[in-house]
This record gives sequence, structure tokens and C-alpha cells, in this order.
Amino acid sequence: MSTVTTASATYVRPPGVLHTILLAGSVSLFLGALLSDYTYYTTYQIQWSNFASWLNAGALLFAGLALVFALVNLLRARPMAGRPLNYFVLLLLTFVIGLVNAFQHAKDAWALMPTGLLLSVIVFILICITAVIGLNPRSGGLK
Amino acid sequence: MNRSSALALFSMTLLASACSNEANTNLASGPDPKLPAPERGLFPSMKIAEPTAWGDQKPTVPEGYSITAIATDLKIPRQMLVLPNGDILVAEGRGGSAAKLKPKDVIAGYIKAQGNTKVKGGNRLTLLRDADGDGQYELKTVFAENLNAPYGLAFANNKLYVANQDAVVTFDYQPGQTKAAAAPVTLTQLPAEINHHWTKAMTISPDGRYVYVGIGSNSNITERGMEAEVDRAMVWQIDVTTGAHKPYATGLRNPTALAMNPETGQLWSVVNERDELGPDLVPDYLTSVKEGGFYGWPYSYWGQNVDPRVMPPNPKKVAAAIKPDYGLGSHVAALGLHFSLPTMGAKFANGAFVGEHGSWNRDNPVGYKVIFVPFANGRPAGAAIDFATGFRDANGKTRGRPVGVTVDPRGALIIADDLANTVWRVAPNR
Repeated sequence: MSTVTTASATYVRPPGVLHTILLAGSVSLFLGALLSDYTYYTTYQIQWSNFASWLNAGALLFAGLALVFALVNLLRARPMAGRPLNYFVLLLLTFVIGLVNAFQHAKDAWALMPTGLLLSVIVFILICITAVIGLNPRSGGLK
Repeated sequence: MNRSSALALFSMTLLASACSNEANTNLASGPDPKLPAPERGLFPSMKIAEPTAWGDQKPTVPEGYSITAIATDLKIPRQMLVLPNGDILVAEGRGGSAAKLKPKDVIAGYIKAQGNTKVKGGNRLTLLRDADGDGQYELKTVFAENLNAPYGLAFANNKLYVANQDAVVTFDYQPGQTKAAAAPVTLTQLPAEINHHWTKAMTISPDGRYVYVGIGSNSNITERGMEAEVDRAMVWQIDVTTGAHKPYATGLRNPTALAMNPETGQLWSVVNERDELGPDLVPDYLTSVKEGGFYGWPYSYWGQNVDPRVMPPNPKKVAAAIKPDYGLGSHVAALGLHFSLPTMGAKFANGAFVGEHGSWNRDNPVGYKVIFVPFANGRPAGAAIDFATGFRDANGKTRGRPVGVTVDPRGALIIADDLANTVWRVAPNR
């Protein structure tokens, strides 16, 4: 298979170690935020809401740094299309919705519900798709 | 999200929201304030007026009155007390130890700090004396120090009562004394965990048997959890002989100043209401404090208007909530209250002076002045009158922020300004 991908015009090397850690880390941080939100939603215990805020903030930090790597990858890709573009756009979308969610989580007490939980679900689904595309070393060529 | 990028984002949104078209009028005042529907976009409105010095300017006062700075270079003056011999005690300090629980707390705390003094709180009482009665306070001396964010002050039974942020303490007092003779004695510990709202307002019953202490909530609207609100958002009645306390009235979000109406002996309070429901919600208010009364916080505001941010809800408490007597306007941050006396002049003889620290949760700042609410038969009667204004200059910069207001029985209103660290005195011209 590797010979197929090296033959592709848009071959891009798989993400490096730091890039991988940042991207994969944001998956678990966004998951933590989602689970914390769900627990606040079902128990009214405010501490879960605080956890969700910080986990989401940490996820944004990781995803934001990964976004820089994604951008550099995109700028080096020839042509600027296919996987590098899809990956960058998806990660950007994830980051923006995650940021909106951060401000939603800045509302006091129950004011963040149910929108905060809904956004956490959407962001988690998005980061999963983004990470699958971004981390898959075999999805090189134009398909 | 890291702090600097978050800050940049916040400032961008502040600029954006500053351009929004918002009514300048504040309708939420008087006995029956207009209450719009709650609103809260993705970003709360935050507008901090940049501090600037008074220079040779002074607050504007009504015609026939003049104002002078009687003490400057204080260390965050808050509330004051006029002693029987005319000496003025000023409580100075800043309290609170609320942990930052969310990223929001870090960012909002930084922004709000831009509107406050950079001076460190004095944790002391300063005594001011005008020995010859010319309105110039030539003596300024430290009466007591090493207190813990003192705020409420009262005098009776030859004792000074001082409400620190964690306890009511007493000093023995002899007329003419300029320095406390001994360390303070603790009368009663006060709820002090977190101290999100740390100010402990205080007044004393006319017979000197009880002090009343206002204990603010530990959050805006329960975002630190209901567990943090035990013994908060209420007024305590404390027996001055035994130190025993009981909740006197509850559901008062942040009762920042308490005063007895000299005409009726009724306890009154100014209360700061909740934020982040829009520019014209919720009105801060002036109310008589009824024994056993519940005033809504956190479940509802201005009577039975349910606050959906509090979960689980409590319909029984909502039904029991008392409507306050008089709206002062949303976000004005009333921090001072004192009833007037005939020596203040005919127009201001009967009523209450209210010091308004000024807003942050509003695009068009409100407050930043001292108003007078006229009273008749022990109740508010008519629209409030501006008494001291000009705390914001024409360019929208803030020169001062009024806190405590105290009527000197000889005929003067004393105003603490915790931004300029000044005490002002307004007196009718003679």
C-alpha cells in the first residue's frame, strides 16, 4: 500500500509526534468535557460544570496548537487540496465551535444548559472525525 | 485556551458590544420598576470606565451646598461612622478570598480590576477630627489597625462595633479617644468561607440591644454551588450581650448597607441584585427588612420572577418571596445608605442617601453618584434626586466611585470614595 501512497501527487507525511499528541490529546479532553457536562446535566452538581469548562479550555489549547501544524502541512501540500485541506477545515471548525462552547460555559450556573451540552456533543463528534482524517497515514491521494 | 488569546478575544467582543445600540435610560427604578425579559448573549456586557484623577475637580452637588475633600490618601475607604463628639471613623480595606473556579473568573476578574484602585486595602480604622467645627478635618490618625477588611461600623453602649469580613469585633470607647486602647474583642464569628461578596454591612438597633449584619451571597447566581450559600444572602440579628445570632431576613443577595430609619425605627437595606440578565435587569433596591422575610435570592427576583439559572427550582420559596420597596436601577451597585436629618436642609430633610459605586455589566455605565430618595411617613415618596454627581468625567473616565454615605448630625453628608481614596463632605452653605 505504501507504494501507492508514495505515488500520489498529494502525499503528505503522517503527523509528527508532537502534532499527534496535540490532536489525540484534544480528543480525550473534549470527551472529558462532554462527560462532565452530562454529569452536571443529570446531577446539578456545579463542580462538574467547572471541570467541563477547564477540560474544554485545555482541549482548545491542544486543538489550537494542532491547528498551526495543520496549517503548515496545508501550505506545504501540492496541490492544496484533498486530505490536508479537509483536515485543516475540519479542525478549524472544531476549534471555532469549541471556542463558542467556552463562552457558553462562561455563563453562570444553569444558564449554560442545555446549549453547552449540545455543543459539547457536536464538538466531540467533530474532533473524532477530524482526528481520524488527520492521523490516518494512508489517506494520501486524491480520491 | 490560554489567557492572552482569551483576553484578546474578550476585548474584541467588548469593542463589538460597545457599538451595539442600547437604550441609555435606566427604567428599573422607583417602587414599581419596569422589568424587561432576561437577555444574555454569548458575551456578557462589560464596560469598565478607565480611572483618572480628580485633579482640581470635585463632585457636583446641589445649589446651596458645597463639597470639600476632608481626607485623602486613604487605603480604600468604605463605610464611616460619626461618633458622638463629631469625630469620623473610616473603615478601610478590601476582602474576599474567592477562588477562581472557571476560566471566566480569571478573565472577568482581570477586566473588573481595571476599574478599581491599585492601592492595597488598609485593614484599619482612620479617625478624622474637626476640633474647631470649621468643616476642615485637621486631625487624621489611625484609630486601629491589623483588622480583617473592616466594613460595617456602629456605636452604642460605650463600644465600637466593627464588622470585619469574618467576625464582629468590639472596642471599648471613651469620648475623645483617638486610638484604640486594646486589641479588639470578638463578639461573633461571621460566615467567611470564600467571601465572594465579602462586605459585612452593619447597623445597631435604636435601643443598642442588637446589631444587624448583612452577609452577601457567595456567588452571582449559585454558580459556586448551593453548598456555598449556607448562611449567606441574609441579614443576621446579633445580641450584643451574648453574641448569639439568628437569621433576621433571608434571600437578600448582597445587602451592602443597613440603616435604621430614625423616624420609625425600621431596619432598611440597599441590596445589590444579580447580574448577567441584561442591561436593565435586575434592579438593585432599597427595602425595609422585615423580620423573617424572604426576598427571593436565588430562586426569583423582584417578587415572583423566576431565575431559570437556579436548578433545581423551588416554587415554594418563589411564592414566598417579598417584593422590595424601591428599585434603584439595575447594576448601579448601591453600597451606601444613611437616613437624612433636618440639619441637611429643607429639601433633603426626610429621606435616604444612597451611594452608588457604578456598573460593570452594562454598556452604558450607570450609578457613579450619590442619590437622595425622599421619604414620607417612613416610606419612599417620589422620584430619587441626584445629590452628588460628576464621578465620571465628560470623556467617560472615572474619577471616583462612591461607597458609604453617612449623615453628620451637625448637617453634612460624608461620602467615601474608594477609587480616589478620598472622603468627601457635602454641607449646606451657611
